[in-house]
Amino acid sequence: MLLKKLTEANGVSGNEKEVRDLIIEEIKDYVDDIKVDRIGNIIAYKKGSIETPKIMIAAHMDEVGLIVTKIDKSGLISFKPVGGLDKRILVSKVVKIGKDRISGVIGAKPIHLQKSNERSKALDYNNLYIDIGAKSNEQAEKIVQVGDYIAFDSEYIEFGDNFVKAKALDDRVGCNILIDLLKSDTKASIYAAFTVMEEIGLVGAAPASYQIDPDIGIVLEGTTCADATDVESHLQSTNVGKGPAISLMDRTTIFDRKFRDMIVETAKENNIPYQFRRSSAGGNDSGRIHTAKEGAVTTTLSVPCRYIHSPINVMSKDDYENTGRLLKQVIKKIEEGGLK
Amino acid sequence: MDSKKFLKELCEGVGISGYEHTVVNSIINEFKPLTDEIQIDKLGNLIAVSRGNKDTNIKIMIAAHMDEIGLMVKDIDKNGFIKFTNVGGIDSRTLLAQEVLVHGKECLFGVIGAKPPHLSNPSERNDAIKMKDLSIDVGLKKEAVEKLVEVGDLISIKRSFTDLQGNWVSGKALDDRAGIVAMFECVKELSKLKHEADVYYVSTVQEEVGLRGAVTSTYKINPDIGIAIDVGFGATPELPKEDVIDIGKGPAITLGGNIHPTLRKHLVEIAKEYNIKFQTEIEAGPTGTDARAMQITRAGVPTLLLSLPLRYMHTSVETIDMDDIKACGQLLARFISSITSENLEGLLCY
Repeated sequence: MLLKKLTEANGVSGNEKEVRDLIIEEIKDYVDDIKVDRIGNIIAYKKGSIETPKIMIAAHMDEVGLIVTKIDKSGLISFKPVGGLDKRILVSKVVKIGKDRISGVIGAKPIHLQKSNERSKALDYNNLYIDIGAKSNEQAEKIVQVGDYIAFDSEYIEFGDNFVKAKALDDRVGCNILIDLLKSDTKASIYAAFTVMEEIGLVGAAPASYQIDPDIGIVLEGTTCADATDVESHLQSTNVGKGPAISLMDRTTIFDRKFRDMIVETAKENNIPYQFRRSSAGGNDSGRIHTAKEGAVTTTLSVPCRYIHSPINVMSKDDYENTGRLLKQVIKKIEEGGLK
Repeated sequence: MDSKKFLKELCEGVGISGYEHTVVNSIINEFKPLTDEIQIDKLGNLIAVSRGNKDTNIKIMIAAHMDEIGLMVKDIDKNGFIKFTNVGGIDSRTLLAQEVLVHGKECLFGVIGAKPPHLSNPSERNDAIKMKDLSIDVGLKKEAVEKLVEVGDLISIKRSFTDLQGNWVSGKALDDRAGIVAMFECVKELSKLKHEADVYYVSTVQEEVGLRGAVTSTYKINPDIGIAIDVGFGATPELPKEDVIDIGKGPAITLGGNIHPTLRKHLVEIAKEYNIKFQTEIEAGPTGTDARAMQITRAGVPTLLLSLPLRYMHTSVETIDMDDIKACGQLLARFISSITSENLEGLLCY
């Protein structure tokens, strides 16, 4: 299954090679042109049969993770976060270091030796380290180097009522939906951008949109979902199981109202459930795309993901499938002259 | 079975305190062919007996606990999320973003989540998340969860056993399944040696909640010598040097009030004689292990404790060196083999 392969590939921001190679392999027979640009984005072009405004669809390949900063004399490894992480998710986890995927564990001081006030404080990066079972600095440095990227160890698992648990659903879901679109037939020509380094500041999207120079930008995302019971409903940015989330406004974009209305209408016409992303926190590649060159009209369609930026992202496959359906219908609407 | 494979099977198995019957068969399968007798007592302790080669009636009891810490269902909330409490000592900081198995009518996969960090203020993010603010998500609505899960059902952490560099391994419940495997190493080693004593290998229950299995099993066996095998705090940089033992340097032979001094001296001599690496762990008061319960059973039992150095105790990434487990088994076997009806009385004198 492609989503399993995509989420189990490691692509911490700045080191997307595994994911990039996998995507190129998947799409190369379905597109008319494909290139990897100077900063590592994949830009693919699939020629259609009719003229439409120029459509760019973007999904980012990278995921949040860690990077090796130091190896101490006993062989324990210090690290820093890559992208926005809640440090509290790190304790008592298994990680994979570097391209050889060296196994390591992030442990913690035994509870027996903690003072009670210690237990109420989150462990910070300077108290955390990775143990690979090396007995010395020399032994560790043979297999791990400063600067190696570190990814969570998390298997793709289906569970519950059509739910999925995996790492990096943000944004391999977007990658997968975009791959599926390229494999299908569209009348419109499509520029697909699989971008790098979104999680560390929307880095890849700027050069990608500069090169493509789109009229319409569609960003596919896995987005935060705060539907925990103890969160008041107005703070729940999205809900799992209620369909693709359409963005209204975030820290990087005020999304085009006409485009949004068109998407809502399309969802209604096709009986596809949808919801709005009811939070203005966060941002995504749209921020770069809508301000590239002379600008573009953009939207973001997201699959709601619980526990995002952790090893255990959770989504509903129904939402995922409905996001793909909605994307296809929106493209069709553009082909029919909507949004002119 | 190869010891590492056995340890993997034990650690990936589930046996939370009070519910050890779910892991006991794995232990029986390995001990049965190598011992003379298998018993299970009323509390669930598994006792495997190897008879000695002389009718001297010396009884040596070895104990390692088979239970592990875990969680228990307290409530199912209106959205189907499961609230829980701990069984045994758990640092709630180790639970966030963990995968679990909920052992209801069916075994359900789930994950432990909390309110997303962007909804808390930045200072809160420096606070540990409390257990009451954590929930288990099994991907089902309330009604569906209620059909499968009841209050009081157990929850275990789902963690694959992981090979690290060298002979180091990591996983959950190495405390004290590693001790069970040390007994297994001893059984294998002892089959090559002669021993006068009857050896009782006890996989005890409910150590993590108060050393309860050791109380009843020691009473039943009434041993001449009791030896507990448990894990000790493996050195890491944040721990005071005086509180820890080093991983990879062999089992620690504990010293202190819980330990019989003459027997301990003999154990150290055996380790030196057979060139088995060992280190010293000091515990002035009663140890937090089965040795403590054994020592004060009936009219008192001369007790020893061997500690396997283990890092990150009571997390799901406990880390140990297989070589330490093997060395512990060898030392035990040599010690047992050295005990005879001639020397026993002298070794028990003060």
